Amino acid sequence: MSTTMIGMRSLALVLLLTAAAAPARAASEADYKAAYAAAEAAAREAAGLRNQWTPTVSTLAAAKKAGDGGDFDRAVAAAKEAEALAKASIFQATSEKEAWKAMEIR
Amino acid sequence: MKTRSAIWLGSALFALTALGFTAQRVIAADKIDPATEAKAFQNFYFQKFPNVKHEDFVNGPYSMNEDMKRQWQEKEEFPPYEFALDAGKEMFATPFKNGKTYADCFPNGGIGIRQNYPYFDGKEGKVVTLELALNRCRAANGEEPYSYVKDEMASLTAYMAFTSRGKLMDIKIPDDPRALEAYENGKRYFYTRRGQMNFSCASCHVQSPGERIRAEILAPALGILNAMPIYRSEWSGMGTTSRRFITCNSQTRAVPLEPQSDEYRDVEYFLSYVANGLPISGPGARP
Ligand code: HEC
Repeated sequence: MSTTMIGMRSLALVLLLTAAAAPARAASEADYKAAYAAAEAAAREAAGLRNQWTPTVSTLAAAKKAGDGGDFDRAVAAAKEAEALAKASIFQATSEKEAWKAMEIR
Repeated sequence: MKTRSAIWLGSALFALTALGFTAQRVIAADKIDPATEAKAFQNFYFQKFPNVKHEDFVNGPYSMNEDMKRQWQEKEEFPPYEFALDAGKEMFATPFKNGKTYADCFPNGGIGIRQNYPYFDGKEGKVVTLELALNRCRAANGEEPYSYVKDEMASLTAYMAFTSRGKLMDIKIPDDPRALEAYENGKRYFYTRRGQMNFSCASCHVQSPGERIRAEILAPALGILNAMPIYRSEWSGMGTTSRRFITCNSQTRAVPLEPQSDEYRDVEYFLSYVANGLPISGPGARP
């Protein structure tokens, strides 16, 4: 129970931090590239766990579109959101490795 | 809407309580006995729905709702899958370019054998579904494979199911550790939460059968594959088992897997095995 609860809390934290981290200054292309690379890496890990979420894919695509269009503020925000989504799906896949058993009909 | 949020809340609470038990269960780490598990699976539904005749569970949502069942029985006089059935019958009989037919690939010429699929293939060490076997038959005879989610595959499986109507599901788990592992993997896939909505197959088809989600009444997981493939008005056409799995994954905001991926093959094996003894009713028609 306790590890999972910590996991859940840190997941909530990830989401909070993401929201809080919206930059005060305008984002640069470099910011976007860094945020996008991080999001892509997390999404790749989720796919490797066979647990990609559809919103991760669409949000990542939205980040790329905004980045390609030069709207780096929007692109960074979307990339960070995609990263948070991917991380949540990784957390889900990891905890379900054991948690699924509780649902089983016996 | 109301039911849906209830399902949501319910599954969230369930997840939390459930997690508390996990540690204990791991230690218990019991040996897998599919026959006993299948019995427990069936009893769960027989007890939850004491008024549903056992052989009726194979009719999906219709087993759960009397009004719907009446509408369906009227519809069965002019079944919407008839077109696919006729097409499938013709396709099945039409020789490939090399002169052979599907009948050459299957036991008993492919007639009345649906209840034995999927089966565990000892040579490959994996589960082989009917859809997979059909495409392998095509490949072996120099033909292009069909899409797993389109009409041709649905027509072929509709015809094969039809020739097996009333036969009891009869899935074997041979004495091979890989077969047991495939069953276990399918079971795990079935109960594992996925997608942004944090649903497993069981969240809908075990915890909420008979309840409405959007306009649809959820089918019980018991016998859930016996009616495949199905005609759905919402699809304005036929859907294969592959198509149904993909749709169900998408509904929970999970990226679906490739048709006939190991996970889908294994979950089909699990769900069919626990339906052993229940009649094939396919092809089916859904609202
Ligand atoms: C969000 C709820 C939900 C989840 C989760 C879900 N399904 Fe479904 N499923 C439905 C709905 C809605 C239908 C259409 C109505 C019905 O037949 O139950 C359906 C239908 C089906 C059918 C056809 C049943 C019939 O008789 O028409 C199968 C087979 C099926 N689901 C398998 C699965 C599998 C396997 C999983 C897990 C990968 C799964 N479902 C997860 C909602 C869900």
